[in-house]
This record gives sequence, C-alpha cells and structure tokens, in this order.
Amino acid sequence: MRSPILEMRSISKEFPGVKALDHVSFQVAEGEVHCLVGENGAGKSTLMKVLSGVHPHGSYEGDILFRGDKMSFRGIADSERVGIAIIYQELALFPELSVYENILMGQEITSGVTIDWNETIKKATQALKRVRLDVNPEALIKDLGIGQRQLVEIAKALCKDVKLLILDEPTAALNEDDAENLLSLILDLKKNGITSVLISHRLKEVIEIADTVTVLRDGRTICTLDAHKGEVSEAVLIKNMVGREINNIYPSRTYPVSDRVVLAVKNWSAYSPKLGRSILKDVNFSLRKGEIIGIAGLMGSGRTELAKSLFGNPDGYEIDGGLTFLDKEVRFRNPGEAIRAGLAYATEDRKGNGLVLIQDIKANITLANLGRISRRGVIDENAEVKQANEYKSALNIKTPSVEQSVVNLSGGNQQKVSIAKWLFVEPRVLILDEPSRGIDVGAKYEIYTIMNRLVEQGMSIIMISSELPEILGMSDRIYVVSAGRIAGELSRAEADQEKIMHLALS
Amino acid sequence: MTKLDLRNALSKNLRDYGMYIALMVIMTFFTIATNGLFLSSRNIADLMNQTGYIAVLAVGMTLVIVIRHIDLSVGYLAGFLGALAAIGLTELHLPVYLVLPAVLLLGVAAGLLTSLPVAKLGIPSFVASLAGWLVYRGLLLLSTTGTGTINISDPFFVALGNGSIPDVFPPDTTFLPGLHKVTLLLGLLAIVWFIVADLRSRKQKKLYNFDVIPTDMLVLKLALISVAIAFITWKLAGYNGLGWTVVIMLVVVAVYDWMSRHTTLGRHIYAVGGNPEAAELSGISVSKITFTVFGSIGFLAALSGILFSSRLQSAGPTGGTLFEMDAIAAAYIGGVSAAGGVGKITGSMVGALVYMSLRNGMNLMGVDESLQYVVRGAVLVLAVIFDVSTRRGKR
Repeated sequence: MRSPILEMRSISKEFPGVKALDHVSFQVAEGEVHCLVGENGAGKSTLMKVLSGVHPHGSYEGDILFRGDKMSFRGIADSERVGIAIIYQELALFPELSVYENILMGQEITSGVTIDWNETIKKATQALKRVRLDVNPEALIKDLGIGQRQLVEIAKALCKDVKLLILDEPTAALNEDDAENLLSLILDLKKNGITSVLISHRLKEVIEIADTVTVLRDGRTICTLDAHKGEVSEAVLIKNMVGREINNIYPSRTYPVSDRVVLAVKNWSAYSPKLGRSILKDVNFSLRKGEIIGIAGLMGSGRTELAKSLFGNPDGYEIDGGLTFLDKEVRFRNPGEAIRAGLAYATEDRKGNGLVLIQDIKANITLANLGRISRRGVIDENAEVKQANEYKSALNIKTPSVEQSVVNLSGGNQQKVSIAKWLFVEPRVLILDEPSRGIDVGAKYEIYTIMNRLVEQGMSIIMISSELPEILGMSDRIYVVSAGRIAGELSRAEADQEKIMHLALS
Repeated sequence: MTKLDLRNALSKNLRDYGMYIALMVIMTFFTIATNGLFLSSRNIADLMNQTGYIAVLAVGMTLVIVIRHIDLSVGYLAGFLGALAAIGLTELHLPVYLVLPAVLLLGVAAGLLTSLPVAKLGIPSFVASLAGWLVYRGLLLLSTTGTGTINISDPFFVALGNGSIPDVFPPDTTFLPGLHKVTLLLGLLAIVWFIVADLRSRKQKKLYNFDVIPTDMLVLKLALISVAIAFITWKLAGYNGLGWTVVIMLVVVAVYDWMSRHTTLGRHIYAVGGNPEAAELSGISVSKITFTVFGSIGFLAALSGILFSSRLQSAGPTGGTLFEMDAIAAAYIGGVSAAGGVGKITGSMVGALVYMSLRNGMNLMGVDESLQYVVRGAVLVLAVIFDVSTRRGKR
C-alpha cells in the first residue's frame, strides 16, 4: 500500500446525548479515490467536519495525521492552508457574482491594495480549463446549472493548491451526464496527483470510481474494502451499510389496479412569466385508482414544474389545458384548493419548502389540514398528539416524542414526517417528488412499503424520481419527461433503464 | 437526574424565564437606587399604565416580526389616530361610543393598506411601512397644525388611561384598610388560575411522555410567579387599584397569546414565519396571513393611540414619536427572532415591562435623558445576545 496522505486515528465525537463517532479510524492513501459510504446518521458528515476543522481540535478525541504530521485544526482556514478542501452538497458560491470572482474569492490576486482583475481572470480561466468547464468566466453563478456550479467549486479548490479533495454527495443533485462528467474529472485529477474522498449514496458510481471504500455504520468503521482485490460490490456494500441483506429493496404488490381513472391531464401547457419561457408543452397522462405511475426524466426536464402546475400552481405559471380530477373538470387556483379536493404534493426539497424545520413533528404533520383536529378554529391539542402519534407509529418515525423539532431528525425521518403530513390530509392522489432523495437504504425500503400499503387502500400515487431503479421497481406505468414534453410511456413489463434514458435524452 | 439533564433543564428554563429574572434584577436595582420609591404603590401603578400603550404595540409587532416583516409606521399611526380621536371628541363633539370603534376600524384599514404592496407585490415591508411612517407623520402634523395640542375631556375616554376598575366592596377600616379589594381578589384568582392551568398542561404532557420541567423547578417557577402577581396586585391595590389600561393590556396579551398557541390562525402565522414556501404549499395563503397580521397591528396601533392620548388627556403633534422603535425593542428583548417563526406574546409583554421599567426607574433617579438612551440601547443588545447564546446552547 502506498503511504497514507491522511490518517484519522480512533476519532470519537460526542454531541449531547449522542455518540456521533466512536473510535473511527480512516486512512486515505496518496493518489487514490477513496469512497466513504454509510446510511444517513452513520457519521460520514461528522467525520468530515472533524477533518476540516468545523469541529475544532479539542472538541473530539483521537488524532489526525496529514502527510505524516499531527494536525490540530481550529477552523476551516487551517485545514485549507495545508491543502484539504471540502465541497459540500449545498454549494457555497455567491450567485450574484461572476464565475471568476467566485473562483478567487478569499484568495484575491492583488497589486497594491486593488485587485488585479486581469490576472484574476487569467487564473480563473486556467482553473476552468482544468475542470473542463466551458463557460464564460464573466457569467454569473446564478445563470449556471447546478452541475456547472459544482465544477466552479472544484476549480476554486484547485486554485488553492489542494492536496486532498473531499466531495460530499457531489452527484446527488446532478443528472446522469453531469454526474458522469464529474466522475471522470475526479479520475483526471487523480492522474495529476490529487487524492479524493467521495461521500456518496449512489453505490453504482462508488463501484465505478473507487480504489478503496470505507463503510461507516452507527459511528463506527465497519470495514475498508480494496476495489482492486475485487472486494467491492453492491451487495457487499449494502450488507455492510445496513448490517443485513436486503434481497429485494422494492417490495412487491399483489393488489390489482382498478380501471377507474382518477386524474387525467389533457394538452397541458405552462409558460413561466418569471423565466420568460415555456416549461411544459402538451402534456397528456392519466392515473388510475390504486396505481403508482413513475415520472422519469432528467433534472430540469419539467417534472417538478408539472407537479406544481397541477397542485394549485403556486409559482404563477400561465396554464393552458384540461385537468380532470375525480371525474370533475377542475383548475386549482392555489394549493389550498387542490388539498381540499384531495390532491397532495410532497415536495422534492423537504428542508427548503416541505417542512417547517423549527417546529415540532406534530405541528408539521397537522399543518396542511388543521381543520381535521380543530373546531371553529381552535385546535384540539389532545387530538393532535393522538393523531401525530398514530402517524409516528404507522410510518415508524424514529423519535422519542412527537414534540421533537423536525430539524433534529435524520433525513429519512424527515421524509417520513413529510409523507405523514400529506397522508394527514387524506388525499386521493399523492404526488411524491423524489421520495427517497438523500435517505438511506433502510428508510427507502420503509417508504416503498408505505407506498404499497397506500395504493392497496385505494390511493393513487404519482412518483417523480431521478433514480431509475426506483422508477422501475415501484411504478405500474412510467412516463418519461423530456424538455417539458412527455417523451414516452412505458409499461412496467417493457421498461428498462436503457429505454428510459433513451427517451429522457430524446 | 444526571448532570447533563440538569444542565439541559437549566439552560432551557433559563431561556424561557431569563427575562423574568432580568426584570426582577432591574426592579431590585431601581428600588435600592431610589430608596424604595420605585416600588411604591403609586409608581408601580404609573409604570403599569405607561407600559400599556407600548405593550399592546409590542404584541402586534411580535407577530409582524414572526412573519419576517417589520412595521415602522405604527408609531405615528398611533399618534395620528389618537389625534383623530381627540378631534372627534373635542371638536366634532361625537359620542365616545362612536369615536372608539371608528378609530379602531381606521387602524385596521391603515394596517391593511400598509400590507397591500407587501402581500401583493412583494415590496419589502421596511419600505412600505417607512412610507407609512412619513405619511402618518405628515397627517399627524396636519391634523394638529390649526389647534396645536387638542385637549380631551370626555370622562369615559380619559378613564381608559387614568381610571381604575371600581371596588364593589365598601371601604372597610378593619379588614385590609386602604386596599382595593376587587384588585386583590382578581390577583388571587389569577394566581389560582395560573397554578391550575400549569399543573393541568403538565399532567397532559406527562401523559404523552413529553419533556416536562423537573418538579423542584416547577415549584420554584410557580412560587415565583405567584409571588410576583401577589406583589404587583398588592401594590396596585394600595393605590387606586387595577387601572383600565392594565386591564386592556392584559386582555390583549391573553387573547393574542391564546390565539397564537391554540388556534389554526396562530399555527398558520408561525408556519408562515418558519417557512413561507412550505406554508404556501400546505395550502396556507401567505398573503392572507400577511394582511391579517398587519391588520392586527393597525388595530393595536389605534388602541395604543387611544390609551396614550387618554393618559395625557390630549393629543399633540409629537404623539406616537418612536413608539414603533420602543415596540420593536420590547419584542426583541422579549425573545422574538428576526429569522422568523419564533417569538412569544407573553415574552414581548415582559420585554415591554423591562424596557419601560428602565425608563421609569431612570426618571426617578433623575438620570439625564441622553444617558437613558445609551442604557436602553445597551440593555437591548445584551438581551438579544443573551437570547441568541441560550438558543445556541440548546441543541
């Protein structure tokens, strides 16, 4: 084995009431791509925060050795100085500033007291070339796609002469193309001697790219696997992550779909005055009682916009077309009307616009249908707790009490609260936008099981997802969206990943 | 109980009751510094009456800040509406039962008008209400230019700011001589109600396995609250008894506190403050909530203007000056968060009491006005630092 660039020895970190890291050892060899995997709450992010100095020296136990020297970082600036750069999921860029200003933010090239803009642009352009990003350095960040922004972040790190690049779920928000591009860039950087640590939930890309994989579970190091010895496979990773084998993570349904159409969309088009462009064109689809349809497509293809335009149109699109919902021709003017009619929409961004994070679980669950537990506008708090507890146990939300703030829950449990909230409105049709984004395998399985139970009870579900296996595993029928149109419809039997991708890229 | 539990319980309760402790420290300080004058019956009655017109504004401002807005216009709006009330009573000789509802309705209308561009066009409330600040200041000057200060003599109106509730018991020379007995009775009822309500909610919470404060803490808390209420009612009973202003303030606080915690409207307001986008997607109309909250502060501004002009028995061209800043300061001292979605109504009332105690106490001590501003500024910033640091300590 090559000499380690980084050694974290027996790291322990405690938060009030929780042992987040328990004697974790983590060793990264010089010049390799090292993947760090584990369920949500396994301790990956905490470990990286210890490494980068977000949790400063002294707030944890154990030693960090970087290139053989003991390190005691007091903040991110310290770790950056020795050449460790972390790129988070939530990017830290300035949307209103240009690409070149962002790349050299914090390391401005000056002549005297003023910034040397020519030199800045030159250096930024070089960095952009290294990450193979072909954009005008004067473009504003807000006009860039999320994949391009990620590359800008990496370019920024490269300007700092990075030795160890840590990427926290870099592909989670990317479409397949951008993700592919990013992975090959990481391999490129590896050739140039930059070591990378990649945190990812996408096991496929882990298998594709990793030299070494370390699995964390419950704050402990479970194993370190060497890809070149053939130790890494999806089954092995899942087994080590969850500590048990999941034979089929998509539970089967036996209940037949009825013939009754509950929702039908005809020639549905939408124009966004804000963006100044058309976002949906002549969309037609239908949903039957007890059915799960999958809406596949690349990010930005119009999937979420389609859902929102049906669900009371909160973004103010100009809409044309017909919506038949439960045998009635309707056009919901706001989400409230849609909810009262029996349509629910669980958003893709549960932290951004799904949950009120500072409030407790019960308040979040009941928020969209407070009328159910109140009389003449006064909330019956006993009924609220009872209801919340029922959903808590039905959905297996792991929390000591429903009075817990949602912000303290793990991603999977937050997602369950979000689903509970929409079940509480007792909808006939439930739209789930990326129901399993950023949650671990165990929680995913539970959510799929819940979905099956719901359709068996007669609910219908529209599932929007970027994960093809999930679309294939859960849908009765699949619609593929591409550039605001329905590019094709596939039955469960005829669909496979290649066909879907083919339509999505059409 | 482990050490960690104790520390958690302490830090949580310190945040919840820190303001009450601060209030006691301030009151003790002024009592010593003024040789007991601060705690005299007459001064306590004065202090409560002075707090009234800022407290009702602070209550409205709390909800405005909770939904991530601000309303700078309410100070001069209160002054202007107070002047309108004076004009109606003194110059137009309108009956008081007509003037009061008319002024309150005008307040609601003014609040709705301020929020119209905010709710419908997304104009920052800072700008919209700054425009209101200018407009109402102008209107206040305009309405008082001809006359200067307008005196008010209507006995009912004047009683709102100066009178007290009647004592139905005859004055007695043997049993509690010189004390206002209805006030004492109300104080006693308040203590009983407080204890019963708290024990009930605690029992309920225990039933659901929620966190409750430890028993020793509870006893301490209830004892402190009882002593505080008993003390204040005793003091008030020693002067003219419970003033109408205090009654109105307590009713406003009780209604708003109840509304904020137990009704769907309250839940919607705090949800809009906590995450407006999530609220909108949950079927809550953010613009409706915005209108409601601004309409409510307009109403309270009118009430504040009425209480203030009633207290002075007149309305002048400077009425309401800086009320909005006092209300904002009181709300922040009381623990409302600028990030939205957090802030208790009762906290803001205590904040107003802290703030007005400083003014009252320093006036008694004869502290120069310029220095008073400095002290009030320091207390405001200390209160917010305290709030932020205890909030951070609680994970």
